[in-house]
Amino acid sequence: MAIDLGKATFWGYRRDNGRVGVRNHVIILPVDDISNAAAEGVARNVMGTMALPHPYGRLQFGADLELHFRTLIGTGANPNVAAVVVIGIEPGWTQRVVDGIAQTGKPVAGFSIEHNGDSATIMHASRKAKEFVHYATALHRVEVPLRELWVSTKCGESDTTSGVGANPTVGNAFDKLHAQGLTLCFGETTELTGGEHLVAARCRTPEIRERFMFMFNRYQDVINRHKTSDLSESQPTKGNIAGGLTTIEEKALGNIQKIGKRCTVDGVLDKAETPTGPGLWFMDSSSAAAEMVTLCAAAGFVVHFFPTGQGNVIGNPILPVIKLCANPKTVRTMAEHIDVDVSGITRRELTMDQAGDKLLECMFATANGRWTAAEVLGHREFVLTRLYESA
Amino acid sequence: MTIHFVVHEEGDSVGTVVVENVKAGDTLTGWVMEQDRTISLKVLNDIPIGHKVALRDLDEGDTVIKYGVDIGRTIAPIRRGEYLHVHNVKTKRW
Repeated sequence: MAIDLGKATFWGYRRDNGRVGVRNHVIILPVDDISNAAAEGVARNVMGTMALPHPYGRLQFGADLELHFRTLIGTGANPNVAAVVVIGIEPGWTQRVVDGIAQTGKPVAGFSIEHNGDSATIMHASRKAKEFVHYATALHRVEVPLRELWVSTKCGESDTTSGVGANPTVGNAFDKLHAQGLTLCFGETTELTGGEHLVAARCRTPEIRERFMFMFNRYQDVINRHKTSDLSESQPTKGNIAGGLTTIEEKALGNIQKIGKRCTVDGVLDKAETPTGPGLWFMDSSSAAAEMVTLCAAAGFVVHFFPTGQGNVIGNPILPVIKLCANPKTVRTMAEHIDVDVSGITRRELTMDQAGDKLLECMFATANGRWTAAEVLGHREFVLTRLYESA
Repeated sequence: MTIHFVVHEEGDSVGTVVVENVKAGDTLTGWVMEQDRTISLKVLNDIPIGHKVALRDLDEGDTVIKYGVDIGRTIAPIRRGEYLHVHNVKTKRW
């Protein structure tokens, strides 16, 4: 490859906890659905901030509530975020999110609406947000070794070209990055169905394999408990079927091309959990694009590889999503969404090794500050995973 | 040489069309990627880009192989060169 990965560096923002981000967002984070209006009010007042509205956060309980907090705190803690204003309806849960984010050492402040009203809350939060923007915009990128980059992957609106071209391109890049000791992540538990034995065989230890199979079977139980059909049109989706994918097994075998030929699975994470060391981590997660990418962002990943076949347009507010595609029709009809065109693979104009390098070149450009198609087009899907009904 | 369909590996029962406008009666060139060799096949139906063609005759209830792995079962007999999708193949899971 043109770039010597062993000596490669990128320019990122070193945070107080040692992690390195590639973006420098000041976010206005609502704790709950009814605080969205105030959060969006602050973001309208203060240039350089971004609100992350979402529909949840009231009357959740148990593991579902824990996941809610883990996702919000993880989003604020992500090194692509410089500082956070948290707004909730009441002070208790607001402070819980503030305290979780504060562990990173980054600036964070909480505001609650009850007995203040939206107007006063927006005024006070806007003053703090302005301070945070001054703080963030005074920070500089520094040169850091490649191994400090955390990269996640998830595919979407896959078709058969995903398994032939775009997903093995990610696999090729992941093989190269894994060898350099980066922290990597894949997931999509249900979309391993039919290929789970191949993932299990890649687990580095029997303990990791056992934990992976526990997560896989746990999700299969959910499907079996709630299904009313063979899930055709849900999984594979209508779009997948339109793209030529016939069964979940076929989709899964294409999906797992993303973990390459040499990567070992070095650990298993629950949803939105943060890895504790380098290597390739499997995260138990939904296969819905925005949910899974939101979980990757909450786990601390700073760049995302998103192969698509039929043309999924997803982005994320804080995690740059790099789209690659091997379907020549999609590359032609949806060019503005595709960052890396690997359609040359099926024409035998591009080897898998060259395709992997092309993706890595885009990864470096993105890490150094170049916006992805999804960022330029304003895709900021922030979608929290729910486990069950509210109380 | 233009590649019209690709096959992941030798032994797969299906190929994937990678060009647009494949029509019934066309003779296509396929690329077996793992073994890096080309094959030829006459298709019996129009097949959209990204969709699959059977590489050999399959009986009802047969297992369909792609990537060298089971991807489901046939629910109707399928002839070599015929279009293979949700109308004649189903998952073995769920």
